[in-house]
Amino acid sequence: MTVLGNLGLWLALLFGVWGAVTGFAGGRTSRPDLAESARRAVFAMCGALAVAVIALEWALFQHDFNVEYVAAYTSRNLPIFYTWSALYAGQKGSLLFWATVLSFFGSLALLFTAPRHRDLLPYVAGVVCTVAAFFVSVMLFGQANPFARLPYTPLDGSGLNPQLQNPGMVFHPPMLYLGYISITIPFAFAIAALLSNRLDGDWLVAIRKWTLLSWLFLSIGICLGMWWAYVELGWGGYWAWDPVENASLLPWLTMTAFLHSVMIQEKRGMLKKWNLALILGSWLLSILGTFITRSGVISSVHSFTQSNVGYFFLFFLIATAAASYALYVTRLPLLLAESRLESMVSREASFLFNNLVFVAIAFSVLWGTLFPILSEWVRGTKITVGPPFFNTVNVPLGLLLLALTGMGPLIAWRRASLPNLRRQFAVPLTAGGFTLLVLLVGGMRDLYALLAIALGGFVAATIAQEFGRGTSARHRQYGEPYLLAFARLVARNRRRYGGYIVHAGMVFLFVAFAGMAFKTETEATLRPGESVSLKSPYGQSYSFTHLGISQYDALNRQVTAATVEVRLDGRRIGFLTPEKRQHVDALGRPTFQPSTEPAIMSMLREDLYGVLGGTVNGTEQAVFRFTINPLVWWVWYGGLVVALGGLIVMWPGGTPAARRAQAGYAVRLVEPTRP
Amino acid sequence: MTTGPERASPVTRRGCLALGAATALSALGRQGPSGRARAQAPDSAEGPPPVGRLWDPARAGRPLPPVTAADNDAAIQALEKQIHCTCGCNLDVYTCRTTDFTCTVSPALHQHVLALAGQGLSGPEIIDQFVREHGVAILMAPPKRGFNLLGYLLPPVATIIAAGVLIVVLRRWTVRPASGRAQPAADPGATPEELERLRRELDRLSV
Repeated sequence: MTVLGNLGLWLALLFGVWGAVTGFAGGRTSRPDLAESARRAVFAMCGALAVAVIALEWALFQHDFNVEYVAAYTSRNLPIFYTWSALYAGQKGSLLFWATVLSFFGSLALLFTAPRHRDLLPYVAGVVCTVAAFFVSVMLFGQANPFARLPYTPLDGSGLNPQLQNPGMVFHPPMLYLGYISITIPFAFAIAALLSNRLDGDWLVAIRKWTLLSWLFLSIGICLGMWWAYVELGWGGYWAWDPVENASLLPWLTMTAFLHSVMIQEKRGMLKKWNLALILGSWLLSILGTFITRSGVISSVHSFTQSNVGYFFLFFLIATAAASYALYVTRLPLLLAESRLESMVSREASFLFNNLVFVAIAFSVLWGTLFPILSEWVRGTKITVGPPFFNTVNVPLGLLLLALTGMGPLIAWRRASLPNLRRQFAVPLTAGGFTLLVLLVGGMRDLYALLAIALGGFVAATIAQEFGRGTSARHRQYGEPYLLAFARLVARNRRRYGGYIVHAGMVFLFVAFAGMAFKTETEATLRPGESVSLKSPYGQSYSFTHLGISQYDALNRQVTAATVEVRLDGRRIGFLTPEKRQHVDALGRPTFQPSTEPAIMSMLREDLYGVLGGTVNGTEQAVFRFTINPLVWWVWYGGLVVALGGLIVMWPGGTPAARRAQAGYAVRLVEPTRP
Repeated sequence: MTTGPERASPVTRRGCLALGAATALSALGRQGPSGRARAQAPDSAEGPPPVGRLWDPARAGRPLPPVTAADNDAAIQALEKQIHCTCGCNLDVYTCRTTDFTCTVSPALHQHVLALAGQGLSGPEIIDQFVREHGVAILMAPPKRGFNLLGYLLPPVATIIAAGVLIVVLRRWTVRPASGRAQPAADPGATPEELERLRRELDRLSV
């Protein structure tokens, strides 16, 4: 099968190069035969790469340990899901996964894009083929071929890193990859629009679903990554400002900015230059993230093994950035706004400030991530830029963004009058102020937490007001029951109300982030029967009693599990069973160092998080760390709400009127019948 | 799961016999020279409860020393959260040491912090000592001086400048009522109430 896999890669490279040449030539010369050839090259490349993926999966499931990749990431006793997900667990396999999904997305874009965008498609095929061919060439020429064989065949493989043996592994990396990869399609349309000089709003219509899809995948991927870090790594947090985490956040920030600013272009024909720059920038940031993850230039716990693959990406990044922005600059005279701003106090202006904050956060995250390299270049001094730096710089910006999340929907398009502002802001401001007062009276003194929760109250009231007014209007106008009116309100204008649901999810997230300011933890050495107590920020007392340790074999690991009884104010509420796991191969040989599996008891208000550090002198006396993490559950709930809102926004259909409104058409004022 | 033959049947016949003999010897030993059993210790006896041995301690990872009061000292933890663990994890010493307790570097750095604190050094002095020994990269965030100020100040300064530029640009973009270039084409016969209604309708349909 490795022969077939190699054949698939080489054919994919040939199809990719052919598709790139014919795509750009076909677009330039308007020759339909070349355009068709490029289109077919994308399909053929997708087919060839699919064959390569099947060949690699076959080798993984057949335990062909003569294949270096199979020996490095699997073992005979690895559970089947992780054997499957080993496809993207390592550098080489993930490159194959990336190229395959990109060619698949490219095929979908070519198949389902409306005929009126036909002029753009040859260029789109050209860009997709160029990018996918680059990934294939990295595999073939960058010592990253997943089908490379070993000079010998080991009896068993090394197995998958224990930290990757978590359900999060099955879902988190592919989601993030899908997010990164799908940005290529909007990027391809942007380049196509630039090359074909078709810089009206038409290309935006073609990429609308793709930008939302990409944003949704990135959002879900980031949230799943946070969940995975929390439940698997054992440090009791979900975001550490690690360079690879930052790399995933960067395109998400710029894509979110784009999803806001594109509305201004659709409605008013403004910000054409800005929107194009955001799409180009988002794609380049996704490639930068790939470079950071794979180069080893920046130290990260997530990095793949250091290899020369990074230099391929650096070259590709510089070349594509130079080419894209050179093209962009030549087209600037064609990107003139069709209308002008009517007032500084308008939805358009608030969206611009929202974009400013998004880009500022993206810049500060990028700056902090790259600053160690800059410092080493300039001063020859290595420095570390960790969470204290990122929190200092980004928390105020994040709070400003949260405030703008509430303010934006309250300000009218074009021009907001003072009475209008007063009417719109009265309830949300009161709600925010009341929340602040309650928190202060309750004794909360952490400034950032106070601001985050109070602003959360303000934004939540904004959203409730919007839903309330819309539902009431439908109830009054059509006599619909409130529930039906609510459902139809969302269904008829999915973009607007789906967006508000995303905002609601962001409120949950920010409030949950604030909860971490009140995290409490303790370390303890306990013999069986001994307890340790910990006070929660709500004033309650939890006691943790060590009951004993059991050791047993399970699947591909030897488990040492402690049982800890948890009592809340003297009442038993359950047990925590943190574990130490020694993973072994099929021959019973240890494959990695013993790893830790935290035990988590999740409640609405707080999580109890227990880690078994180890034992003392081989006895049941054990070292534990117990943590109370307030409001963590709301991070996952917020992520779900964000994903739900995103799905509503991109769900196809809606009424023709809503579609017209979304496309920026004029509004007809219906006169009521006068008696 | 599949294990080696010796692990598949941990209790062999020979093991059983040995266990029985050990139990009998232990019972004899408890009776003492006079042959009378000792009084059983009461449940509420002071001192630590008894503790059994693990079947296979190696499975539970590296043996750990018992936690001391200094390990839970908030001041020590605050210090350690400023010190970067050098094991390659990107975490601070406290977090790395207590994440899965497998790191061998962070416990040594922790002991060094405790030793320095034991010598009577203050928090900043301990940090300075670490910087002297390991360089400035030992800090979780660069000190706010010299070239590093650029790191801290550029994002907020750039944001403020960008906001200023945006305000100036927006002012330029904003159509003056006098210019009338891009004024909405309102019906000359529309009343202010009708215009306000139009605006509300636009708001309602806006996204």
